[in-house]
Amino acid sequence: MSETIAAISTALSEGGIGIIRVSGPDAIEIVNKIYRNKDGAYSLSSYKTHTIHYGFIYDGDKLLDEVMVSVMKAPNTFTREDMVEINCHGGVLVCKNILNLCLKTGAVLAEPGEFTKRAFLNGRIDLSKAEAVMDLISSKSNMSLNNSLNHLSGRLFEKIKSIRESILYEIAFIESALDDPEHISLDGFTDSLRKKLDVLLSDLSKLYDSFSTGKLLKEGINTCIVGKPNVGKSSLLNFLSGYERAIVTDIAGTTRDTIEERVILKDISLNLIDTAGIHDSSDTVENIGVERAKKYAKGADLILFLMDATEKLSNDDLAIIDFIKDKKVIALINKIDAGKEIGSSEVKKLFSKESKVLEISVKSGDGICDLESVIEEMFIHGEISVNDDLYITNLRQADLIKKSMDSLSHVVESLDLGLPEDFYSIDLMSAYATLGKIIGEDIDDDLVEEIFSKFCMGK
Amino acid sequence: MLENPNLCKEYVDVCVIGAGHAGCEAALASARLGLQTVIFTVSIDSIALMPCNPNIGGSSKGHLVREIDALGGEMGKNIDKTFIQSKMLNVSKGPAVHSLRAQADKSEYSRSMRRVLENQDHLTIKQAEIIELLIENGEIKGVVTYTGTTYYCKACVIATGTYLKARCLCGETITYTGPSGLQAANSLSKSLIDNGVKLRRFKTGTPARMDRRSIDFSKMEEQFGDERIEPFSFSTDPDSIQKEQISCYLTYTNEETHKIIRENLSRSPIYAGIIEGVGPRYCPSIEDKVVKFADKERHQVFIEPEGLYTNEMYVGGMSSSLPEDVQLKMYRTVPGLENCKIVRNAYAIEYDCLEPNQLLPSLELKELSGVFCAGQFNGSSGYEEAAAQGLIAGINAARKVLNKEPLVLDRSEAYIGVLIDDLVTKDNREPYRMMTSRAEYRLLLRQDNADLRLRKFGYEVGLVSKEEYDKVLLKEKLIDEEVKRLKEVIVGASKNIQDFLTRHESSLLRTGTSLADLLCRPELDYEKLAEIDVNRPSLSSDIINQVSIQVKYEGYIERQKIQVEQFKKMERKLIPADIDYDDVKSLRLEARQKLKAFKPLSIGQASRISGVTPADVSVLLVYIEQLHHRN
Repeated sequence: MSETIAAISTALSEGGIGIIRVSGPDAIEIVNKIYRNKDGAYSLSSYKTHTIHYGFIYDGDKLLDEVMVSVMKAPNTFTREDMVEINCHGGVLVCKNILNLCLKTGAVLAEPGEFTKRAFLNGRIDLSKAEAVMDLISSKSNMSLNNSLNHLSGRLFEKIKSIRESILYEIAFIESALDDPEHISLDGFTDSLRKKLDVLLSDLSKLYDSFSTGKLLKEGINTCIVGKPNVGKSSLLNFLSGYERAIVTDIAGTTRDTIEERVILKDISLNLIDTAGIHDSSDTVENIGVERAKKYAKGADLILFLMDATEKLSNDDLAIIDFIKDKKVIALINKIDAGKEIGSSEVKKLFSKESKVLEISVKSGDGICDLESVIEEMFIHGEISVNDDLYITNLRQADLIKKSMDSLSHVVESLDLGLPEDFYSIDLMSAYATLGKIIGEDIDDDLVEEIFSKFCMGK
Repeated sequence: MLENPNLCKEYVDVCVIGAGHAGCEAALASARLGLQTVIFTVSIDSIALMPCNPNIGGSSKGHLVREIDALGGEMGKNIDKTFIQSKMLNVSKGPAVHSLRAQADKSEYSRSMRRVLENQDHLTIKQAEIIELLIENGEIKGVVTYTGTTYYCKACVIATGTYLKARCLCGETITYTGPSGLQAANSLSKSLIDNGVKLRRFKTGTPARMDRRSIDFSKMEEQFGDERIEPFSFSTDPDSIQKEQISCYLTYTNEETHKIIRENLSRSPIYAGIIEGVGPRYCPSIEDKVVKFADKERHQVFIEPEGLYTNEMYVGGMSSSLPEDVQLKMYRTVPGLENCKIVRNAYAIEYDCLEPNQLLPSLELKELSGVFCAGQFNGSSGYEEAAAQGLIAGINAARKVLNKEPLVLDRSEAYIGVLIDDLVTKDNREPYRMMTSRAEYRLLLRQDNADLRLRKFGYEVGLVSKEEYDKVLLKEKLIDEEVKRLKEVIVGASKNIQDFLTRHESSLLRTGTSLADLLCRPELDYEKLAEIDVNRPSLSSDIINQVSIQVKYEGYIERQKIQVEQFKKMERKLIPADIDYDDVKSLRLEARQKLKAFKPLSIGQASRISGVTPADVSVLLVYIEQLHHRN
């Protein structure tokens, strides 16, 4: 257990404060490299144990956040290892960036339940808790793997698989030639490998970018816009997407009848899903869309429910309210510039007390600011939350891609140095193994299988 | 039951069943450690027989031979005495995969090993088939021969190779014999099964042997040995083995060959479904090559002499179980073999062997105390793999009798460790062959440093003399001193240094640089540096070689050492023998079943079982910690 691990130890949704926890022999050294005190000095390693300090986290010269950092030296810590906790208040994105920075600086992302595991193995946790610790480890890692598999799009999964296959082929070629030099020759191999590596590295780098910007993975608050047809759902989506303070990126919709947009309001990231209008219909095709909309609404973290102020509440509206009433809902009475048929007190009665009802006009922009504030407030108070595990999964995947890129870069270096094949094939193997962790495949007999199936060996 | 007074009884310490490459090493190790040992063989003339290819060593197998030698085994010494050609393979590649291979004079190899056995103190050779193990309360008591004699013993080593219920197939013709027509051993399997041992069936094959006089070598490429011959054994003086070598020859199959094979596939017992045993993919029959690699226009064929005093030539690359008439037709399509005469037909052989997950890493059966197993019986293939296991089984049988802890080498210490760990931990579904890709720490496990790695084990066990061990200690010291010196000697950017670098197309110095840093440059080597390193000590070539490797590849070597540290930590975490996996609630079902089946000794071993995830390993760690505290 000589690796130093890091993770965000607070739920990401719980308002402004987040804690990044680092544990292991290099914990202090790692944070020392990114923390500066108020005078701008790298002073962390000089602090006494069990003290807390005000200062800043810098990524190079870029200020990330104003923080309080506590230093705790072994053995009187939770894990009985050196530990540093960075308390930041910049919200989810900042937390994530600081964690990323720790990883870049030498920490590894903690495995599910790893802090607890270390605490236990180092004798810190009561023996009676052993069962609980084991359950935690196994359930968390199962969940983590499930998350990973469930939320990798098919395309992404295939992409990683195909990169892995290319790497394995190259290793098998090298290894079969090493094992059977009289049948298989490596003449001219290094040049062709060099070219392939360039391609693989650029593919991985693209993947890495998409992981770190979160384009490909649904991360953030899944926010579903529902309502009967022509109530202004698409307009709301477009309006929020085009909102001047929002950063917008496109995500290809997974189904033809829903549209997704990534919208970041302040530091809160929303995945806006516009669904087909829900109403009672005899049209089969439309019904499929309606079923989908219901399904999305069910899985959403937050629902924006739109009504039309120019009409009385209809049966369709009531039917929708019926199946979303257990969710976090912000009810929006739209088109108030054109009518007043529905009043907010009337709608309030239909929902639980905490539910928010706002009157807006997407057309004129009235009430949109309030909407933003309400979402922010709900988020800060922890009323709505992102899926933490999913977020961590994403980070883990990005981290693994980065590691596999490092391994392949090592190969390139070795090729440039003219080192022999048996050396860099080890790095190829670790790139292969690392990528396997993303898609939940281990390496057991892959290589031997590949060698025998692709190359004709001797005797 | 009354005992039959006419039957003989003998009392010994260790019985070794089988006198192939595993049996010989096992018997020698046991006898050399002072135990009364008897070795049984169905035929004295088949001691250390090489029934297949006429060579020892080769990629990764050469590593095994060097390791056997470093530990005090016999194979390396014996091939040094009886080789007729020698070659270091992979010299254009990295030092970790350089591999020595020698062509043996087969009958000389066998004769020479027999002499060593015959003259070994405490060792008796006995021609007899063993038909039964005497087991009482899960413990070995003795073995019984076909003629009824009981040898009472404290440990035994089963090294029956391919002889158990062997049958040979050549097309439609099936004979119930061991290799080369030798008598099979048909009774021991039953005794093993009766004692709860699980067996399975593997197969392998060998190509035809041809009359040298019927081959036209002018149509083939001649393959020579190395100019300077390196011995296998660290005890052999290289100067003493330089000699004239015999050539091998290279030719190729062609479309015509492949056509004949394809047309007659239905007559191959494998393709006709007659063979039940599982064969190795790494030495496929020519039928397999033609079927599986249909787009390959030709396959290499190596014609290798079987010895100095025979005209038999081995046809490497064309093992087969096709019928005799097809064999003749197919071989005769190969350039140079148009008029060939076959002395022995190619054949496939099927045999009973062990499911090796029943073994401890000491090679003792988990459920039968004192019964050790080695070689092809354990599901491996190859002379070297067999000898390596034989040596370990022999050492551990002896240590069992002497009440000592077994010798277990781990994956970071030796190819032998990888070999045995793979056998006892992984789910092998075909005869296992050593490959360098199986050794994850291979940069450290080189054939050139087997003595540095393993002599100390051989010495501690008692198979390596103090004198031999001291030689290694001195070598180690000289290497360390020279590496240190190269790191400490700094050369400046003086004119003669820059001239030297210019001449070798190496970039010029800006500041002082150590000789070690210069040695790391791909375009420079130790020899070239002599010019600017005037005060260097005079060192032997093997020491210079070690120094160069250590300095040139330091980055990689250090990284592997860190990995090894991690690995060792997990190996040292032992799992209590009486662990009840059903009590570990959070384990996934698959992991629980696998752990129950394999009964790993350490967390490290558990982590290598397929189907056991890192999370399962974490759960296990926590559980074991809890057990420790409870007790």
